[in-house]
Amino acid sequence: MATEATVDISLTDQLAVEAADREVKRAKAETLLEVRNLSTQFFTADGVVHAVDDVSFELGYGETLGLVGESGCGKSVTALSLTRLVPDPPGKIVAGEILFEGVDLLKLSPDEMRRLRGKDIGFIFQDPLSSLNPTLTIGYQVSESIRQHMGLSQRAAKERVVELLSKVGIPRPKDRLNDYPFQFSGGMRQRAMIAIALACDPKLLLADEPTTALDVTIQAQILELIRKLSEEFKTAVLLITHDLGIAAGMCDRINVMYAGRVVETGTTDQMFDNPRMPYTWGLLDSLPRLDDQRGGRLRTIEGLPPLLIRLPDACRFNPRCSYTRDICREKEPDLTVRDGGHLARCHGTEPTGWIP
Amino acid sequence: MTARTTAVVPGSIDQRRSTGIWRDAFGRLIKNRLAILGGLFVIFLAIIGIFGPMFAPWPFDHQDTPALIQNNFRALTPLQNPAHLLGTDELGHDILSRLMDGAQISLSVALVVQVVVLGLGLPIGALAGWFGGRLDTYLMRFTDVMYAFPDLLLIILMSVAFRDTAFGRLYSGLFLVFVAIGLTSWVTVARLVRGQLLSLKEMEFVEAAKALGVRDRNIVMRHLMPNAIGPIIVAITLGVPGAILAEATLAYLGVGVQPPRASWGSLIAAGQEAIRTSPHLVYLPGLMIALALMSFTFLGDGLRDALDPKLKGKQ
Repeated sequence: MATEATVDISLTDQLAVEAADREVKRAKAETLLEVRNLSTQFFTADGVVHAVDDVSFELGYGETLGLVGESGCGKSVTALSLTRLVPDPPGKIVAGEILFEGVDLLKLSPDEMRRLRGKDIGFIFQDPLSSLNPTLTIGYQVSESIRQHMGLSQRAAKERVVELLSKVGIPRPKDRLNDYPFQFSGGMRQRAMIAIALACDPKLLLADEPTTALDVTIQAQILELIRKLSEEFKTAVLLITHDLGIAAGMCDRINVMYAGRVVETGTTDQMFDNPRMPYTWGLLDSLPRLDDQRGGRLRTIEGLPPLLIRLPDACRFNPRCSYTRDICREKEPDLTVRDGGHLARCHGTEPTGWIP
Repeated sequence: MTARTTAVVPGSIDQRRSTGIWRDAFGRLIKNRLAILGGLFVIFLAIIGIFGPMFAPWPFDHQDTPALIQNNFRALTPLQNPAHLLGTDELGHDILSRLMDGAQISLSVALVVQVVVLGLGLPIGALAGWFGGRLDTYLMRFTDVMYAFPDLLLIILMSVAFRDTAFGRLYSGLFLVFVAIGLTSWVTVARLVRGQLLSLKEMEFVEAAKALGVRDRNIVMRHLMPNAIGPIIVAITLGVPGAILAEATLAYLGVGVQPPRASWGSLIAAGQEAIRTSPHLVYLPGLMIALALMSFTFLGDGLRDALDPKLKGKQ
């Protein structure tokens, strides 16, 4: 008995020390989120898919970071990895660190991680209709994380829900608490999703293509809402999109991803003024412009991203790149500095390269 | 825009608000005449089952010897004597009173069996469907074994094995029948719930709930069960006739409810000896069984149509 008691005490002591340690780390951390060498792989019958391959980036408090790239280059898997929601099996985070306020999320127990989700990290999904439960009322779904994480009473939670719904611009929120998702329009559903994501005042908001399922006019409203609320709540946002136009309007910094890797990163100004990677040029070039000739074809990047199984040591973009030289097929370029904080992964735009 | 409309015609808002998922389904159910007919008869049976013994003209075990003597010791036919509307058997038991008491037994078997079915099928199916993997394999192989075992044989074996124990005599032998029939019927519900959870757990709203940090238990209970409840209700309603039939079969074979109480099945069994002279002893309880089975089936079919998600929002 006696020994057991001492063990118990030292265990709680240890936990207290660890908690205090975490607090200290939190206070020291200047960046909210620091992802180091994150690799997520899917173990499929065809082989190992390197969906996210050695990705590193940082996100400061209240900052907005865009994750841009075409379908299947690892944007969504990156976001899922941050909350450890990659479906396992077949997916697995095989390497790296995800430091959230100095604490490595990959080292937390499943229960500690669950308590963080929804509270410190909010998530907005792509399709608000399928992400809302059709059999539960909007009011219940918004209040769920509040009651889960903040331990509010039923009445206080309800007040908070009404406040949130009016913040995201849902008219007569009190009357609409008992509505089901199918009684909401698409834009209103996404507003409700945003209310859910922001319910516990998270420090980080992951928005995975939040406007893809919406039409263009609603898109602008939703993006404006996310921008406004993230400023009001001082929430950092990781915005995943394939639309560089959206990223330009919303983000402080932009990461361009291709085939599971970050291929260029910099401030939004750097990326638009002087992009240093042919893939980024392709993305920028494929944006339709107002001064385009009428009736002309929209420009695309020829070809498809590579399969992420058994990748050779070569630039992953080289088969689709018009500047390719032999070295691109022989050696994968590193992510190297172009100018202050602007990095790119391209042999051609290195100081010694052949692209001006 | 919406706000202005509200201010002008508040009534229209009230109308819109009333379309919840359950109201919607109820609206469709009420338009199905057969289902309503079935439902009304089920309610009628339930009232008889609960209050019947109070209103029955005679206690179910009363033997009207004077009437029997008057009739030369032959069973009274229906309408022969105003005191016994549906006649008596050859021992002088009033058939109407016995049928009313039988309604109580048959219905309680049907309902309690469904409780057992839910109690076993729901958790087993939910565990297998949600966790999947090895647990799923073990639970479902166990379910398959139970499914493959001959139902009647298991029930009769159990009844015979436990007949003389305290457990077998509980509630005039009915408790054993509840458990035995329940043990052979939960399999369908377990498979149904598992299948529902297997498809529901891949839905995006489950991932959204996980991203909110909702506990697994709450995801299953709060998020998935409401989505699976429709088919479960239908399965339970359609399971009732099966249970009534199983009880009748058992009673006919002499297993289950012990005299002097009698279910509809045991009434048929008792009456068949005199089927040539007094056919009403067989066809009256037989008619009750048939009517009960049909009404539950109609109600179940109606519920299935009403709760069909493909019809959501349609009238």
